[in-house]
Amino acid sequence: MADVELRSLVKTYPGASTRATDEVSLSIADGEFMVLLGPSGCGKTTLLRAVAGLELPDEGQVVIGGRDVTYLEPRHRNLSMVFQSYAVFPHKRVRDNIGFGLKVRGVPADEIRRKVGWAAEMLQLTDYLDRYPAKLSGGQRQRVAVARAIVVESDVLLMDEPLSNLDALLRLSFRADLKKLVGELGLTTIYVTHDQVEALSLGDRVAVMKDGRVTQCANPTDVYDNPATEFVGGFLGSPPMNFLSGTVSENGHGLALELGEQWVPVPAELSTYRDRRLDLGVRAESLKVVDEPEGLTCTVEVYEPLGSSVLLTTVLSGQRVKVSAPPGFRAAPGDELRVAPTQTRWYDPETQLLLEVR
Amino acid sequence: MTATKPVSAPVADRVLPPVDLAPLRRRRIRRALVQFACVLVSLFMVLPIVLIAFAALSTSDELAEFPKSFLPSDWTLDTIRGFVTSTGVLPAFGNSVLTGLYTVVLSLAIGAPAGYALARHAFRGRDAYQVFMLMVRALPIVVLSVPLATIFLRAGAYDTVAAVTLVHTALAMPTTVLITASIFVAVPTELEEAARVFGCTRTETFRRVVLPLAVPGLAAAAVFTFVLSWNEVLGAGVLTIGHRTLPAQVLVALADSPQSYRFAGGLALVLPALLFILLMRRYLLSMWGSRG
Amino acid sequence: MKTRIPWLLLAPSIVFMLLLFGWPLVQGILTAFRSGDSFTVDNWTRMWGDAYFGRALRNTLLLTVIVVPVQFVLAIGMALLLQSRPKLAGVHFYLWTIPLAMSELAAGLVWLSIFSNHGYLNSFLSWLGISPDGIGWLDYDNPAGMLFAVVVAEVWRATSLVFVILVAGLQMVPRDFDEAAQVFGATAWQRLWHVTLPTIKPSLQVALILRTILAIQVFAVAQALTGRNFPLLVGETYQWYVNLQNAAVASALALVVLAISLVVSIVYLRALRRERA
Repeated sequence: MADVELRSLVKTYPGASTRATDEVSLSIADGEFMVLLGPSGCGKTTLLRAVAGLELPDEGQVVIGGRDVTYLEPRHRNLSMVFQSYAVFPHKRVRDNIGFGLKVRGVPADEIRRKVGWAAEMLQLTDYLDRYPAKLSGGQRQRVAVARAIVVESDVLLMDEPLSNLDALLRLSFRADLKKLVGELGLTTIYVTHDQVEALSLGDRVAVMKDGRVTQCANPTDVYDNPATEFVGGFLGSPPMNFLSGTVSENGHGLALELGEQWVPVPAELSTYRDRRLDLGVRAESLKVVDEPEGLTCTVEVYEPLGSSVLLTTVLSGQRVKVSAPPGFRAAPGDELRVAPTQTRWYDPETQLLLEVR
Repeated sequence: MTATKPVSAPVADRVLPPVDLAPLRRRRIRRALVQFACVLVSLFMVLPIVLIAFAALSTSDELAEFPKSFLPSDWTLDTIRGFVTSTGVLPAFGNSVLTGLYTVVLSLAIGAPAGYALARHAFRGRDAYQVFMLMVRALPIVVLSVPLATIFLRAGAYDTVAAVTLVHTALAMPTTVLITASIFVAVPTELEEAARVFGCTRTETFRRVVLPLAVPGLAAAAVFTFVLSWNEVLGAGVLTIGHRTLPAQVLVALADSPQSYRFAGGLALVLPALLFILLMRRYLLSMWGSRG
Repeated sequence: MKTRIPWLLLAPSIVFMLLLFGWPLVQGILTAFRSGDSFTVDNWTRMWGDAYFGRALRNTLLLTVIVVPVQFVLAIGMALLLQSRPKLAGVHFYLWTIPLAMSELAAGLVWLSIFSNHGYLNSFLSWLGISPDGIGWLDYDNPAGMLFAVVVAEVWRATSLVFVILVAGLQMVPRDFDEAAQVFGATAWQRLWHVTLPTIKPSLQVALILRTILAIQVFAVAQALTGRNFPLLVGETYQWYVNLQNAAVASALALVVLAISLVVSIVYLRALRRERA
């Protein structure tokens, strides 16, 4: 069990013109479940591999449990890892796969047996111990990979998109199992994914990455409710956060964001934006359907009944906005709707950064 | 109130231990050792060829000298010229080229269709056929050359380019079939199906769609077969007297020839090999990669 | 109709192979047991009693038993060296595959220039001062020297084939396996033993059977280096047919080679099957 510290990590792949990771610094506490989230190419896997020792950084430092391991060979770092493809050895039985990390470290055979049995039970693999991986389903092989990783009781557990090769239903159930398992064991975990639902569900903290940098690192609620940039707002949540663009002016009621004929009040702290453009961020579920005369008018374009909610694509003063309505809400394309924005967030259009408002 | 910078994880201003460079050093040493080993192996592979080249380019006097110097002090083409003009060498060279070409044509003509069948059709007996081919490849050529020689003698075909061609084709056949099979497997069936949908007949499809894509691989198979035929010694040696191939010629003259002949002969046999490998380089791995 | 097409395409090759392999095989067996028109084992007794036969048999087996393991260890080493992607890997690869296109005879001649009494090896030893007159590597009364020379020449020539097969096999191994082994604490040797070798086992097996059978048939290399002083089974077959004009004994010898090859194949296949069970 250890903490992980990354300091100013820079890595450029040979032949690439941009950095894969651009001076990334991150602190992961002992026992914390840290999720690295981002689109492909953002550098999250590079970061994970740098911690594993499978890639060596050009600059910067990796420290695990107070020990510098920046250039140390992977096998000396006392880690375990679950790969996206599981990397379960096809020529070894399940029990030998799970026990691999113990065997190569010279653990005595009876202890291996005991520990393998324990890990297999945790992952419901006890009946499959003597099978070969070819005779297992994808989900079972996944569990073998996880069992192999936890049995070693390493300092840090690394996971590279372990659920992405599973079908949707399995992914859901395994996500819950994984969370329970890791919670029980209290392992320091670094988890890479591009799936924002996974990130929100599993992480103690989520580090959202883009173009080799960490744009925001906070607990799931914060990352969801207070996205630090428009990118984060757009990446988390399904549907993504709506961004309405307009100009700020002074009207009879104070500062207001003009959206065509309509307007939304702007907090007084943002007075420096008078006569400038400003972006309003509001989530689909935060746009409450209201009756006149409250709220803003929008026209329904698409009506999607999703079962647990209704997703409406609407046009508000020429900008497209998604609205999430309670299940059973009826509306047809062309209908007019009144929505009131709540939980609004304000963003600078040029820097795309969140503007802090009390 | 003011715009905030993107928040990365609050980095505690801890003092981190210094970067441990020892593993980096270890890694560099390991890489240097690997480089060194590679160079050693390359030397082992190349040096003998370089040496025989030097030997073939030395004068006969130098060859008789002892101890030999590494580089010949008198470079000369006499030894090579002597070899080339020796009885039977030029015709043998011609025979080798002819045999090689005929073998390529014949083995592709017979083997490629079989390869295509293996690649495209799943049929009963497929495994049996493949096993048959593999087993046949493992059969010692020597077992067949002697009886074949007798058969050819009786048929009046002994000591002809045709006889050697037939034997070489038989030798090359299993490999040709398996290689062409893997080449055709690499051409997606969807392309053929699309061509059929657009109105091509089976042969047209083959000619216009499959063949162009298969040509590079087939070319590699052809070169491979040619090399096989070029180098084959035993069959050619047993089956020919007056119409020898180059290896057979050198083999026969071996016992009675001076050193200079042997070295020049060796070089003559080696040079085409170098050229062939240069051409085949890219296909080597793909040829062997699709097999077991 | 559908099922007839493949057989139509395959037919020429099957017919061809049966004619050129099957028929001579039968002929060969018959010839070995005939003298004139009667069935006889005279050819066999003659073969057995020949002075060269015993040595040829011994040499062939000895050569095979030495050469095959050496080639495999060397080829595995070479494949692994290239796997760690050194500089100039492409150049090294090309150089290491040159012997692939080399004829047995050429290989023998190449090493002749090195091992002959006035050859490069002795010149080198003399220059070093180790042995001023050189060693008679290929002298007829130096069986160990001759064996050494033939082994070296054969290893030089034939390792490339195993090497290429192994490299092709290694390329198909996903990188993940090796990385997983690394992270879980395996040393380079452990990775080789637990991950790399088992994954290329199919390639290894094919190469092993092929190489062994081909090693039994080595001939021109020894011919070039030692003439008839280092007799080998196939070399003797050649001698009996071409120089002694005796097709029957030659056939008998060829059948001995066939028998050994068959035994070897069966032993290997049994061992493989037992492993799989």
